[in-house]
Formats: sequence, structure tokens, C-alpha cells
Amino acid sequence: MKKIKKTTKRSFIQLIAAVLVNGYAIGFQRGSIFTGKSKALCVPVLNCYSCPGALGACPIGSLQSIVSGYKYRVSFYVLGMLMLFGILLGRVVCGFLCPFGLLQDLLYKIPAKKLNVPGKVDKCLRYLKYVVLFLLVILLPTLIRDEFGFGTTYFCKYVCPAGTLGGGIPLLIKNEGLRQTIGALFQWKLTVLIVIMVLAILIYRPFCKYLCPLGAFYSFFHKFSLYRLSVDKEQCVDCGVCERACKMGVEVTKEINSPECIRCGACMDACPKGCIHGESKGM
Amino acid sequence: MKKRKLWVVRCAVLLAAVLCIGIGVIRGEHKDVEKKATNICLQCIGIG
Repeated sequence: MKKIKKTTKRSFIQLIAAVLVNGYAIGFQRGSIFTGKSKALCVPVLNCYSCPGALGACPIGSLQSIVSGYKYRVSFYVLGMLMLFGILLGRVVCGFLCPFGLLQDLLYKIPAKKLNVPGKVDKCLRYLKYVVLFLLVILLPTLIRDEFGFGTTYFCKYVCPAGTLGGGIPLLIKNEGLRQTIGALFQWKLTVLIVIMVLAILIYRPFCKYLCPLGAFYSFFHKFSLYRLSVDKEQCVDCGVCERACKMGVEVTKEINSPECIRCGACMDACPKGCIHGESKGM
Repeated sequence: MKKRKLWVVRCAVLLAAVLCIGIGVIRGEHKDVEKKATNICLQCIGIG
């Protein structure tokens, strides 16, 4: 019997996760959002809580909205949840659960001449997501306040393409009142979304690699997370097939648990010797 | 990283995470998250 590839299983899990996280299907029809108690819980992925289907809260949106409010300067609740997801799953979340990651995976399947970002540029750009996390998600919303003492959710307002795609577009299609209020900000956010989507056809997961603050946060815990990969050095013949198969640019044989690895399993599928294993085999 | 050290780090982070969630719940942060998430966020969708 033909063995199902890990990457095929992953696509299936990604689809189920996207549907589960956005399970309030009637919201899309009504042009309204879910208002149940589950919205007090953060989902592990970047999924706008203003998406009509969203059943939980976006952790990045929640973090910004708490620290930009007048009550608290630190959000223990959201940070705790993020740490919990980070230590349990690490960037498995990015590879298997994130709906915006799924969208980028699908866009990359569109046949087009793929762009190869030069090594040094790629390396520099990868730090950008940490800047986005610290500057737009934590520092600016905490420090810059208006006359009423409120900050702004800078990442959500000016960058987040998941909010525009999952929340903005479906709500504006269905909601006449909201449609009449759109202006320059929406046009800016739509431009950001289109640029990211076009780039995702040419570069594998550009948003995850260079901009996503959630991926940046999880990458701090990735090395210690429960699910890890290991290379059997005795079996490995250094053929380099795994590194050529990795679309995230991880040096598999040198640093398999790199913060950039999203655990997609492409290296495991590609290895001719089958010497890349999940942590459970090594425990 | 040695397995024992790895488990110590994991347990410490896990404990810290649970502690943070607990503190957050005591402070009522979850209610603020719920309140924010049950209203359409105009900034998130690119309007406000």
C-alpha cells in the first residue's frame, strides 16, 4: 500500500484546522461576528476575531488590545496562552494550524517562476518579524497614547493581512453600513494584502518568514517545544536532499530545530535514508 | 541540549505559562479579551 506523504497529511490537517477555527459559518452569511463565550479564549493561530466565522480570539490582536487599553500595561493572560502554545507546539502551529499559512501554501502552488531571495537579504529580512513583534505589537501600543489614555493596535491597523482577508472583506461584502465608511486605511490594508498574496505566489510563505509576529513569538520556544525533529547522524549520508526540499531555508543537517522550521515534514518526505525523525522516536 | 535540561526548561515554561494565565484570569483580563473579540474591531478590518 502506498504510504501517504507527511506533507499530504499536513494539508488535510491545515484544512480541518482552518474550518474549526472559523466554524461559525452562519456569520459569513449574516455579515456579523460570533459573540459566544469561547471568544474569551485565544486560538493559537493568526486568525482575526473580527472574521465572521471566528470562534476564538486572535492572540496578537488580544495582546495589542489589552496593552493599548487603559487598565493594564502587560497582558499576563495572553502571554501565558502564547507561552503555553509555544512550549507545547512551537512552530507546528505555523505549519499545521494557521489558516493564513494554508493560504500562502496554496498560493505557492500556482505555477509561476519562483523568486529566489539572495541569502544575505533573506537572512536580514527574517529579523523583521521580531521587529514587528516588539515594535508594532508590544512597544508602540503600550507607549504611545492619545489624550484619553488609549493606544493603537498598530499591527492590526496597518499590517495584518489576515484581518483584511478574514474580517474586512467578508464583513464589507455583507454589511452596507460598514461599506460606506471605508477610506484610505482600508485601501492601504488591501494593498498590503495584495502585495503579500502576490509575493506568496513567488516566494514560499513570505509573511511567515519575514513579518508574522506570532511566528516570531513561537520561535523563542521552538527549540524546547514538545514536538521536535532529530537527524540520525549515523544513517545520514550528507546528500543534501533534505535541505533542497526545505522551502523555509533551514539547514536541516546543521540545525534541524531552527526557529525558522515550521515542521512541515518536507525534509522527512525527501530523505532517501529515512533518517529524520519526530522527537517521539528519540524519547 | 541534554534531555534532562530540556525537560527542566519545558516544565519551567509550562509552569510560568499556567501562572501567567492564572494571574490574567484573576485580574479579569479574559473578560477584556472577550469584550474586544465579540465586537467588530474596526482597526483590524481597516476602517477605524
